[in-house]
Amino acid sequence: MHPAFSVIFFTTASGAGYGLLGVLAVLAAWQVIPADRLSGIVGLGLAFVLVSGGLMSSTFHLGHPERAWRALTQWRSSWLSREGVLAVLTYIPWLALAYAWIIREDISGLWGVAAGLSVALAATTVYATAMIYASLKTVHQWCNPWTVRVYLMMALASGAVFACAVLTSTGIAPQGLFAFAAIVLLVAWRVKRSYWQYIDTTQHAATPASATGLTGASVKLLEGPHTEENYLQQEMGFKVARKHAAKLRKIVHIATFAVPLVLMIVAYLSGGFAAASASILAAMSISLGLITERWLFFAEARHVVTLYYGAQAA
Amino acid sequence: MTTLPTSSEKKLGLVIDLDICVGCHACAVNCKEWNSGGHAAPLTDRDAYGDKPIGIWFNRIHTFEAKAGDGEPARTVHFPKSCLHCEDAACVTVCPTGASFKRTEDGIVLVNEAKCIGCKLCSWACPYGAREYDADEGVMKKCTLCIDRIYNENMEEVDRVPACVSTCPVGARHFGDLGDANSAVSQLVAERQGYDLMPEMGYKPTNKYLPPRARRANAETSTMPTELAPTPGTDNPILRWIDRALSR
Repeated sequence: MHPAFSVIFFTTASGAGYGLLGVLAVLAAWQVIPADRLSGIVGLGLAFVLVSGGLMSSTFHLGHPERAWRALTQWRSSWLSREGVLAVLTYIPWLALAYAWIIREDISGLWGVAAGLSVALAATTVYATAMIYASLKTVHQWCNPWTVRVYLMMALASGAVFACAVLTSTGIAPQGLFAFAAIVLLVAWRVKRSYWQYIDTTQHAATPASATGLTGASVKLLEGPHTEENYLQQEMGFKVARKHAAKLRKIVHIATFAVPLVLMIVAYLSGGFAAASASILAAMSISLGLITERWLFFAEARHVVTLYYGAQAA
Repeated sequence: MTTLPTSSEKKLGLVIDLDICVGCHACAVNCKEWNSGGHAAPLTDRDAYGDKPIGIWFNRIHTFEAKAGDGEPARTVHFPKSCLHCEDAACVTVCPTGASFKRTEDGIVLVNEAKCIGCKLCSWACPYGAREYDADEGVMKKCTLCIDRIYNENMEEVDRVPACVSTCPVGARHFGDLGDANSAVSQLVAERQGYDLMPEMGYKPTNKYLPPRARRANAETSTMPTELAPTPGTDNPILRWIDRALSR
């Protein structure tokens, strides 16, 4: 599948933003960290920039961005629409939480409900984003249980690393947060490896024979409909990154998981300025890694329509 | 609403006979011709006379080679493909705006271009490649089953069929109500064991394909019919020569 950069940025940035929002809200609601104004502005502010920037970026690849509001109407059937509705809904408790945290500097009592709702809606929104892809029966590499797990774990892992970077910068990072981030990174790594193992060892049930209904020892394309590529081949038959998949997977292993994991352990053991530097470096590394990971998620996806254009499996 | 109708009164669609299709691409050309001025017009082309032309087609003809196997000879099959107007059309349900819809009255799947945001998700959801993105207009387009022909009272009744059907020179394309078991198309499907493309996807396409007929077992080795064998005992050499030549 053709990886539109706006969609890659949208899914990774909004995922990290929702992850950051979720981690901060939980920490503050359980009073692991104080609801101090600076952390609120930096933390919730960064999450807001990531989520809103991502959502805006997602409209850039549209043919008619000015009609984007219409995408909120079909939540009964469409995961894309549900994702939009949930994203809008999440802002409501989020703004209440921001008010309590930044203006009142106290999120005890009923304001804690806003924190809880923010976490629940943030997680549901990431789930809906994943379901846009996981619900497409045409793409085997997306339509499997690992897609949702990967999206949720990636959002949580990047959110936890970003939370470390924010809270070390404002000087209130609890030491346990580094350990939590390290564990989440390990789980996310395991999940992503399982995803790759799944797509490397299985393929779509459709074949050139089922696509055409023709029988015989083998069915193969003799002549395509055009001399040049058409929209379908450009959009669904994208091959550039697939050629470099092995190298790009290495980059993901290193930048998304290994480097942030080591840096989180360093931060856990050191503290102070070293922990802050390690956290910020980890946030930069996982950002690069996540974009590569999401690029691959698209580039490695093979659409069944390619069976009509010479592919023997999808 | 992009939820699907539970059932449509009619199921208008096409039956495509792979035994007959000669791969002339006339249906694709006439489709492009008609629809360039029809309901979904224009069918934008880009770089039409350049090195990398790309354009919108609602109908395309692929040519497949089925290798010999299990007592079947190898064969070349021309394979036209357009929107199958699925009963369980995922291109409709994924649409976030309500632009994509399936009509209750006849089952035709259409795009309301005024509502389409051009997110392309419907084209990702379609396994058959029936959806096209118009980069100039920023909306999705697709086969309309020539909705502007089949109900067009300004046309002669015989012409009220999709452009691809009307132009097929060999009669490989049939149009009708596949929801009515007594319709000509339904009977054709029953008689010839018409089938669905990619049935494992579960989209229940309305359009059906008729398989190439089995070849006669002795097709390659059969001799000429006896009545065409040269008539023995003609004296006239010219007549004998004509008889031999015509008997070939």
